[in-house]
This record gives sequence, structure tokens and C-alpha cells, in this order.
Amino acid sequence: MWEAIAGNRRRSLLLLAAMGVLLVALGAGIGVFMDPGAGAAAGAVVGLVFFLVLSAIALLGGDDVLLLSADAREIRKEDAPRLWNVVEEMTIASGLGSPPRVFVVDREAPNAFAVGFRRGKASVAVTTGLLRRLDRDELQGVIGHEVAHIVNEDVRFMTIAAVLLGGISLLADFFFRYLWWGGGRRRAGVRLPLQAQLLIVLGAVLVAALAPLAARLLYFACSRRREFLADACSARFTRYPEGLARALEKIASSAAAEPPAVRAVAALCTVNPAAGGAGESLFSTHPPTDVRVRVLRAMGGGAGYADYEAAFRRVRGARQRLLAESLIGRAEAVPARSASTGESAAEDPVARARDVAELRGRLANLVPIACGCGLRIRIPGGFDPDRVRCPRCGTEHAVPAVDRAAAAGPSTAALQYRRRGGGWEAFRCACGAVQQLSPAFGASSLVCRSCGRRIEIVARADGRSTSARL
Amino acid sequence: MSLVAILFLAVVVGGVLLLVGAYNALVRLRQQVRNAWSQIDVQLKRRHDLIPNLVETVKGYAAHERATLEGVTRARAQAVSAQGVEGRAQAEQELTAALGRLMLLVEQYPDLKANQNFLALQEELTSTENRIGFARQFYNDSVMRMNTKVQSFPTNLLASMFGFGEEPFFELQEQAAREAPAVRF
Repeated sequence: MWEAIAGNRRRSLLLLAAMGVLLVALGAGIGVFMDPGAGAAAGAVVGLVFFLVLSAIALLGGDDVLLLSADAREIRKEDAPRLWNVVEEMTIASGLGSPPRVFVVDREAPNAFAVGFRRGKASVAVTTGLLRRLDRDELQGVIGHEVAHIVNEDVRFMTIAAVLLGGISLLADFFFRYLWWGGGRRRAGVRLPLQAQLLIVLGAVLVAALAPLAARLLYFACSRRREFLADACSARFTRYPEGLARALEKIASSAAAEPPAVRAVAALCTVNPAAGGAGESLFSTHPPTDVRVRVLRAMGGGAGYADYEAAFRRVRGARQRLLAESLIGRAEAVPARSASTGESAAEDPVARARDVAELRGRLANLVPIACGCGLRIRIPGGFDPDRVRCPRCGTEHAVPAVDRAAAAGPSTAALQYRRRGGGWEAFRCACGAVQQLSPAFGASSLVCRSCGRRIEIVARADGRSTSARL
Repeated sequence: MSLVAILFLAVVVGGVLLLVGAYNALVRLRQQVRNAWSQIDVQLKRRHDLIPNLVETVKGYAAHERATLEGVTRARAQAVSAQGVEGRAQAEQELTAALGRLMLLVEQYPDLKANQNFLALQEELTSTENRIGFARQFYNDSVMRMNTKVQSFPTNLLASMFGFGEEPFFELQEQAAREAPAVRF
């Protein structure tokens, strides 16, 4: 694995330099077009500054920029326990050390991506559609793939590349807009023969058109190998290649029907949602999904790197090696495990859909209230009236609020909330902010996120849940 | 003469650098093995912490299933006090078996299976079983890398000189392969 990491570091630097050259060239091209005299130098300087600023952004907060542009929301464990647990399981299996932050994108198209710079500061994001469709084994495969990207330091490379690629596209876009709207009003300071002017226009347009293309080529050429490597790692971490294979199939089959996700992160995803056909072209960031699935299925009961390498050659008939010799060198038999037998509630698609619906509500700041008639009402967090009527049966529900604790009580908290059952519960803090408790909430107090007050949580006396019969 | 001296010096310096590198690699591997072991430790402890809660929840619905519940509690107590890699592997295996019996019993209580608290605990238990499996997997991978290094030629001299030994694998007798959580819900 270390060879892969060292290689990635080298390629990251190379890519950074190549993109810098491209940006400077693009700047110079635009400069010449705007002012044939001193424009080239000025444009080059602008391009360089742009490059430095972009690199700084990429290095300091590129992951946050990407997460923001993908509309990803960070979650806590109680929001999606299954996802959180699977991420931690894969962290352990990969020996990553500290688990990545977990984000959820509220999007129906199933997909996942990872961003970040250091192994200790990385994030994985999945869509709600993914959570709804995949069972635990499949989710493990996908998260294993993303964690492998983090362990192999692919995320650093991909994040830098994605931000720079965005910058180059932006600059080229800007130029074409300028050409469209303002090109006619060029000031005629320097008199040049018509041919020269035409040549300059042509050259500038060519550079502006080719720069994003070249950047994309550079980027894509590097990223396909990484996908295979991450698949191999995922199979080894989970010891269950079939899980990832099934997940890839599900993602690919529904991605075809869905509108593509945000373009900026498209290349970072497990399966590239922006990829059009099934073919492999110079411009694909990812190898075709069906090839990845076939390789995973051809591993023949093994789950090690050697098994993946052998399967890869069987499927592609490729003569070149995919994985480094030293990765396979210490080849030992790594048998794949059988499918998980846990028929836990999370494996039940209906329960899974309900969990995801709840999660989506929480992402949108909705508070669930269970009505006696079986309907689950979701109200916005800032809902003002303290009472809400069930639309189906008409029962009035109080939007729960915290009680003032007895001043003489032994607790130090001014506020107290008595749990009514073991299920999802929501109540208001004295400041009006809505707090939520998960079934797994076990602490004795929590701190209000908006006013900072400590609220003591008192468990129900008999410890038995009433929420099922509510 | 001086050329020979320089050559000699270069060889000596190169040799020393190689030795230092090999030694550091051994240290790094041993550190990784220890980290991996402590990760297993953390996860086993996590499981031990979950069990009293689980037993309490089940008791609320099936208090008369005394024998099974006590079996779990006893197995947990033994696992907590077990010593050494082999001893602990043995005790943990018994705990897994006791938990399996408990979960089989849960099948007969639909009310319990619908309990939110129980569902949350069940997710935690499933995940903990997985984590233990993955931690063991990573530990054994690290141990294998370490042992290969300790046994293979140039480093084995260094290893015996500085007291790097082979590390024991964490193996379960019944199923050598990492089985999916043996607990059935």
C-alpha cells in the first residue's frame, strides 16, 4: 500500500504543476486577446495569481468547498447509526486510525464520495438514495471503497484536481462570456493588421477551449487506476467482494435514470454520475462499472490483492500489472466471507426507508411527532404554535418543551427533560430551539446547540419503551 | 589509497544506513501490531459494556429465561477477567456463543423485537461484532507482516539481536475465517 501512496504523492505534485502551467497559459491567452500589447504578461500574472489563490483554497479548505457545493450536511451518530457504524467498522478494517467525518447529501441518486487532505482530516459523504437502497454488506463495500481512497491518499489528489479543474473551467467560461458580450467593444489602442488580429483571436479561443480539455485529460488519466485499486482494497477490508459488486450494480442501474449530481464532485463519486455511455473513453474518470463488477465477481472466493490482480487479468486480458508487486508479494490466502446473516431491522427495506425518511426530515430540520393513529407528523424546527393537529385523526399534540427543574434538585442543570419512551423524541429548549433524542441516546445531559444551556435528560423509570404503542 | 579509504567508508556508511532502516521498519511494525491489539481491546470492551444493557432490556420481556440470561452474564464476567491472547480468544468465543443463544431466544418475543431500545442495542451489537472481526483481521495482517519480517533473511539477524520476536495470531478455533457476526437476530 505504501508504494501506491508514494506514487500518489508524486503524481499530486506533478498534477499541481501541470495545472499551474495551464492556468498561466490560459491567462496569457486571454490577456493577449484583450490587449495585444502588454496583455500577455499581465494575463500570465493574473493566471498565476489565480492559480496560487486556487491552490491555497484547495489546500486550506478544498474539502469544505466541495462538500458545500455538493450540499452535503454533516451528521452525528444518532442521525444515522447504521451508516456511522459502518464508517467506523471500515476505519478499523483499514487501520486508518481516526474515522472520517460523515456527511449526507439529500439526493435520490445513490452515490458516495470522499474528500480531504490528511488521513486524519477526511470526510465521506453518501446520498440518502444510497442509504435507502443498500443493505449493510453493500454499504460496507461502498464505504470500504471510499475509506480506501482516504488511506491511499487519493482524496488529496482528487480534491486538489477537482478545485483546480473547476478554476480552469471557470476562467475559460469567463473568457467565452467576455467574447460573447464584450468582445466587440475592444479598445483599439494598438493598430494591428487584420490577419494578426484574427490570428490572436483564434489563438486565444484555441487556448481557452483546450485548457479545460487538457486539464480534464490529465485528471482522468490518473484517476481510473485508483478506482481499481480502491475496489481491491475494499474487497480486502470487507472480505466480501460481492457486497461492492452488488452495490455498484444498484448505483449504476439507478444512476442511468437519475439526473446527474453536482458536476464538481461527479468525478469523486463511487460511480461517476456524469458519465454518459458505458464505454471507456479518454474522458472517463472511472472505469466502466460493468468491468469493475465483473472483476469483483471473478475473484473466485478470495478477497486478497492477489485474487483481485488475477481476476483483473482474467477479465481485461491485460498484460500490464494493476497492483504493485510488493502489494501482492506477501500473498497469502485471504478467503472471502459469506454474506451477513443478520436479519436485523436495518436489513428490512421498509425499516430502512423509514429510517432514511427520518434522516431526511432531520436534515431539513423537521421534528418527528408520532401520532396515536400511526401517522408520523413532521414539523419544522422553528414551528411557532406549541400545538399541532394531526391531519389524519385530528388529535392535538403539544410540541414538547423542557420542564423547569426543581431548584432544590441535586442536578446542576437548570432545565430537565423527562424521557417518555425509548424511541425518537423531540422537545424544546427554553430558548425555543428544538432538541432531538435518538433511541440510542444514553447520556445524562445535553447542551443546547443554540443557547448553550445544559439540559438534564431523565430516563423513564421502568426503562420500557412506550413509543411502539403511542 | 585514499580512494580505497573513501570506498570503504562509503560501504560502511551505506551498511549502517541499511541497518538503521531495517531496525526502524521492525520498530514500526511492532508498533502497528500493538496498536492493532489495543484496537481489539477497545472493541471487546465495547461489547462488554453493551451486554448489561442488553440483558436488562431482554429481562423486561423475558425475565423467566433465567438460565440463558445468567449464561450471558457469566460469560461476560469471564471474558472481562481473561488474560493473554489465547485465553481471551477462548473467553470471547464463549461469550459469542452465549450471545447467540440469547438472540435465538429473542426470536420468540415479537414485542421485544419491536422495542426501539432493543433495536438500537441490536444495531450496536451487530456493529461491535463486525468491529471485533475487522480489528482482528487488521491485527492478524499486521502480525503476519511482522512475522514475515522477523523470519526473512537479513532482518532476522537484527531481530534476534534486538529481541524482536514473532507475535501470536488472534485466532478463533471454530471458524478460522472471519465469519459474519455469528449472532442471529
